[in-house]
Amino acid sequence: MKNKIYRTFDEAVADIPDGAVFMSPGFGGVGLPRNILAAVHRQGARNLTGISNNAGAAGTDVKVDVGTLVAAGQVKKMICAFTAPTHPSQVSSFVRLYNEDKIDAELLPQGTLAERIRAAAAGIGAFYTPASVGTELAEGKEHREINGRMYVLEYPLHADYAFIRAWKADTFGNLQFRLAQRNFNPIMAMAARITIVEVENDIVAAGELDPDQVHVPGVYVDRLVRIPPAPDGIWD
Amino acid sequence: MPEKPRLERQAMCDRLAMEFQDGWIVNLGVGMPTLCSNYVDPNKSLVYHSENGVIGYGPLAAPGAVDRHLVNAGGQHVTAVPGMAVVHHADSFALIRKGMLDVTVMGAYEVAENGDFANWRIPNRKGGGIGGAMDLAACAQRVFIALEHTTRDGKPRLLKRCALPITAPGVVKLVVTDLGLFEVTPQGFTLLEHAPGWTPEEIQELTAARLRIAGDLREFRFRD
Repeated sequence: MKNKIYRTFDEAVADIPDGAVFMSPGFGGVGLPRNILAAVHRQGARNLTGISNNAGAAGTDVKVDVGTLVAAGQVKKMICAFTAPTHPSQVSSFVRLYNEDKIDAELLPQGTLAERIRAAAAGIGAFYTPASVGTELAEGKEHREINGRMYVLEYPLHADYAFIRAWKADTFGNLQFRLAQRNFNPIMAMAARITIVEVENDIVAAGELDPDQVHVPGVYVDRLVRIPPAPDGIWD
Repeated sequence: MPEKPRLERQAMCDRLAMEFQDGWIVNLGVGMPTLCSNYVDPNKSLVYHSENGVIGYGPLAAPGAVDRHLVNAGGQHVTAVPGMAVVHHADSFALIRKGMLDVTVMGAYEVAENGDFANWRIPNRKGGGIGGAMDLAACAQRVFIALEHTTRDGKPRLLKRCALPITAPGVVKLVVTDLGLFEVTPQGFTLLEHAPGWTPEEIQELTAARLRIAGDLREFRFRD
């Protein structure tokens, strides 16, 4: 069995090249791969494209998230469901750069974002969704009426790397998530070419996780790092 | 002339929540709509769905009783209720697109008499915050909107047509403001209930679309 366990986050992200496309999950601060993002920040890869629910809150009072890479000028484009803050007072690094046209963005409905990721994970060529029909976001996209309802065509979102935060893992890379930590994690872990995981518990021997309780099969997982105790590891 | 009192946000959301029926699957938008879950009717059992895939969450967690892995769509820590289930984000929106939600309650900047509403982009700002709003609005069985009747500088938010980019066309069924409860019909807004002390004429004055007045117009009810 190939060794997937890396000793440090710096080793696990060392090969990420300039121009790579990454996926980063997390919702409401839960299931967010903060340790991997911090390592990518130290590593310094640039011209990255990020796929994430939002572009991060760094620049406000939040610790490491996607916005940390944005603030450092490592990201050229974000594909996400928010390009403005939910409250005007939250002016993040992304919002500042976006308003100055120093970063590019593609704005999507959240369900379309999720399904485009799932489509990449599932080998689907494209799909039709009713979300955004009749709005500015559907302009220029192929439309089709199916059984009397209008849909827009959306394509898969592929990535070079997925950064994942898991609750438990075994040495083969089988993953489990806990409660709302799951969010975008499974679909991103399965969609990317190389999947790097930070794990909240000790990585157990293959065979110790119940196969019926595995959320992401280890075949999708390439690299595992156990999050060290604080202050070395970043916990929520 | 001093401004007459208007409804509090909690009262507005109580009124919408009264419309929820036993067994409904409900999605509450971030901000004001989350107040709907404070209205508890012991005779109704509701299932609260959150975009992050939590199906069947309970009230906000008390300080000190927070489970760091359990949040709602606003990132607030909530509690588990018996029967709760968790799916990933794509399955959560699959549930939405299938039409499983009986109602979604959202805030808005504007609502139009043709059922359009706008809640993701404000003028003179690049970008927007869509989140799950377009998926929810296009696919839930019912869209309810809660918003202040006028902007901070007194301009109407209930309009003939939205000026801002819309979230979905023709989907809004029921609107509560701090002045009234409105049904959206093929003929436009119908005023069903009014805030205490406000006449239909005064409400019409602050509305940019023509209001039809329900035959059984009454003051706001807060209990069935």
